[in-house]
Amino acid sequence: MTKISLTVDGAQVSDEVEPRMLLVQYLREKLGKTGTVIGCDTSNCGACTVHLDGRSVKSCNVLAVQADGHEVTTIEGLATDGKLHQVQESFRECHGLQCGFCTPGMIMQSVDLLNENPHPSEQEVREGLEGNLCRCTGYHNIVKSVLHAAGQGSTAGAQS
Amino acid sequence: MTATAEAPAAEIGQERRRKEDQRLITGRTRWTDNLTLPGMLHLAMVRSPFAHATIVSVDTSAAKAAPNVIGVFSGKDVAEDQGILINAWAITTDQVTPTHTPVAVDRVTFAGEIVAVVVARSAAEARDAAELVDVEYDELPAALDLKESAEDKVLAHPDLGTNKSAFWKFDSAEAGTGGNVDEAIEKARGDGIVIEREYRQQRLIPAFMEPRSVVVDPTGEQLTVWSATQIPHILRFALAATTGISESKIRVIAPDVGGGFGGKLQTTPEEWIAVALARRVGKPVKYTETRSESLMAAHHGRDQWQKLTLSAEKDGTVTGFKVELLADLGSHVSLVGGGVPVLGAFMFNSIYKFPAYQFSVQTVLTNKTWTDAYRGAGRPEATYAIERIMDELAVEVGVDPLEIRAKNWIKHEEFPFTTVAGLEYDTGNYEAATARAKEMFGYDELRAEQKQRREAGDRVQLGIGISTFTEMCGLAPSRVLGSLNYGAGGWEHASVRMLATGKVEVVTGASAHGQGHETAFSQIVADRLGVAFEDVEILHGDTQIAHKGLDTYGSRSLVVGGEAIVKAADKVIEKAKPIAAHLLEASVDDIEFSGGRFSVRGTDQGLAMADIALATFTSHNFPEGVEPSIDSDATYDPVNFNYPHGTHLCAMEVDTETGRVTMRKYVCCDDIGNIINPMIVGGQVHGGLVQGIAQALFEEAVYDDAGTLVSGSFVDYLLPTSADTISFEIDHTTSPSTTNTLGTKGVGEAGTIASTPAVVNAVVDAVRHFGVNDIQMPCTPERVWKAINTSSATGGTTEGAAMPHFDESEPGQSSTEGAGA
Repeated sequence: MTKISLTVDGAQVSDEVEPRMLLVQYLREKLGKTGTVIGCDTSNCGACTVHLDGRSVKSCNVLAVQADGHEVTTIEGLATDGKLHQVQESFRECHGLQCGFCTPGMIMQSVDLLNENPHPSEQEVREGLEGNLCRCTGYHNIVKSVLHAAGQGSTAGAQS
Repeated sequence: MTATAEAPAAEIGQERRRKEDQRLITGRTRWTDNLTLPGMLHLAMVRSPFAHATIVSVDTSAAKAAPNVIGVFSGKDVAEDQGILINAWAITTDQVTPTHTPVAVDRVTFAGEIVAVVVARSAAEARDAAELVDVEYDELPAALDLKESAEDKVLAHPDLGTNKSAFWKFDSAEAGTGGNVDEAIEKARGDGIVIEREYRQQRLIPAFMEPRSVVVDPTGEQLTVWSATQIPHILRFALAATTGISESKIRVIAPDVGGGFGGKLQTTPEEWIAVALARRVGKPVKYTETRSESLMAAHHGRDQWQKLTLSAEKDGTVTGFKVELLADLGSHVSLVGGGVPVLGAFMFNSIYKFPAYQFSVQTVLTNKTWTDAYRGAGRPEATYAIERIMDELAVEVGVDPLEIRAKNWIKHEEFPFTTVAGLEYDTGNYEAATARAKEMFGYDELRAEQKQRREAGDRVQLGIGISTFTEMCGLAPSRVLGSLNYGAGGWEHASVRMLATGKVEVVTGASAHGQGHETAFSQIVADRLGVAFEDVEILHGDTQIAHKGLDTYGSRSLVVGGEAIVKAADKVIEKAKPIAAHLLEASVDDIEFSGGRFSVRGTDQGLAMADIALATFTSHNFPEGVEPSIDSDATYDPVNFNYPHGTHLCAMEVDTETGRVTMRKYVCCDDIGNIINPMIVGGQVHGGLVQGIAQALFEEAVYDDAGTLVSGSFVDYLLPTSADTISFEIDHTTSPSTTNTLGTKGVGEAGTIASTPAVVNAVVDAVRHFGVNDIQMPCTPERVWKAINTSSATGGTTEGAAMPHFDESEPGQSSTEGAGA
């Protein structure tokens, strides 16, 4: 077992974990943060995407011990002061989700994409979300949601 | 025309934002795998690496000694209480149905079949211990190729002596719905056109995003089962029927369910195992599959060979259509898998007036994962066949493919129309939908560009693909299901409960897995009862709350479940009228209900629905004989299917040097009758389109020669990504259905049904001048390149051996009479 200390959604946490424990398992099983979900075994689907020090990572691809000393933001910590993030609002406004299983990862990836490039083209959004699979929406309204959020202009720095 | 007598309502037709989304966008969703119960144990499955093998021995000793392992169970260990999985749809009375135990006992019949189960304190410990289970196998030859299996070259179940499960046939001459197809074909061989083709429907994997998960708690008064399922009610029935536990002692909860597409329309071995082992160990247990387990062992879809013969007069008027199918059931006949091809049988004639039609299917057992419903279930296969071959007819006649369709389709003024397959189509307007799609597409301009590129010999060629379609949805009138030997009805149940505060609780048996039922159903109730959208709460997915129902599949939620809600709401109004009359001191006959208000005819006196609800709660001054309740139930059995239709047009660019295909443009105009929420409908269409496009271009479950699933992860099973797709242009025409009071038609499967042939027609169209008339799906760059470079010799790229022929003399042949609606 290895001792780790990190910040998750603004709260300081310390734990003893097995070295093989994945960050996504740590979030779900140890912290009960079940907003982050597991969709595949191979890092292809992106459902487990969270932010590590403000950049999106697939949390099935990071060991919990690698997050030691770092800051993690999950979908549950994205809204601040009870106010939804603009990207969350846009997904609802543009019907960017159906079953919602890919949605937390999709939103976290979109926030990072817009932080990096606040005014992306449709093609840039499509390429930026290529690592996140969705089976319900045909991506049409997801792409629309991200472009809508960009048009609202308040994404960069909202949560990093 | 409209189907409803009332004026357009306030909520129906509005783009209401979804009620479901708040929890989904904030990570507060209730997935089954999120659940943790006190003392809960975890299961891991040991799965066969072989497609077909005798189990010589299962040594569980090392696994049992592993840390925190509670127990390890082989098939023999749980033989007494593991039960048998049920098949709900024997399409013939003598269908050959192998016994299906959740854990294999003596023999494994596909790679991925469960041979042992580990129970441990954590999921990781269970998986570690599963690695220590030592199974000795004696490998057997496996039945893998569908055509060869159909000829019993290798037996999937040697004890059965055959792979042929059932033979089912519909003939329009015998049914009295049309002429004799063989005569039509014979005549056309003399003085008309006969086109023969063989198409492959490759094996697909539903690949819902949420892996299947089940939690069973045996510790209370009831057995509580949480499952990521589309069918909580059917699951409860199946568990009760096979375990002997009373239905009232089983509670099935489908919490938030992350996609299904038919893939969660199943009673699974994993659910049975979780129930059996939870009862054995007396503690709650959880099993959540990995993605590779999901791809390997959750059911697959499609997998057919289609042999088609179309006859026509020289001008392109179709005279007959003969369809012979081979359908791969996999190793067992799953819940409704045997019936999927039969569901498609009625749709091969699609929107056309065929004078003669014959359909037959031979279902075949192989040593692969079993197949069952996948988005569209039977209807995509049918639409693909007819829309591909209509293009071939257009080429033969030398006319535009749209012209050949218009020549043969049912005209708007001919509705209602009884088809050669015996179905009565209620409404439709193929002319209007096609005209609109053509206009959106810029058809003539793109045809001109195609001609120009072809003449210039461009490296990148342009193809235009057309797909017109209709489908039968809203499954289904119970009497039709009965005539097809289906083991359940097609009704749906709803309750509408008026709360004392004037808010409304609605219970539906149709639970959702992402479609937005809570929103659409709230809109219907708000209009019907004249209450606020926000004041309606939709309850579903828990058999203790929604005690009756037949669940969600076949685009039935709105048109069957929604109609049940309408009927329950109407009963609420009728029950409220005498109470309103009493409170308003008027005669019941003088009470009118409109806009949420009961009023005395000809006066300004009235009471809102909320007033009646409160008065019913208090019931202080009700006279004797007035029941202090306006809550109502309704069970609705549809009188007919409904028949959405549409025209889809697609432009594909094909790089003739690399075979790479790129989508340039996709437009569609669908007619799904009246629309409750255009935003939700748009989402259903977009998602459906991509699933159909994925069949055309990307997805295929591939097995190697040993029967191992090669496409066993998302690295190998290619789901399309955002970068592989484009934004779509969609629109609607409206011919309201006359088979439900809302005038709606189903939409969940339409996009998938229509888009596959549209895309393949476009790809073939782009390279037809190289002599190509077919490319097998998925149209990968390799297949397209080969088609371009080899087609002049073969005329096409149909792969595999010749299709075997079957008739009534084969085993499992006792045909059931086909029945239309």
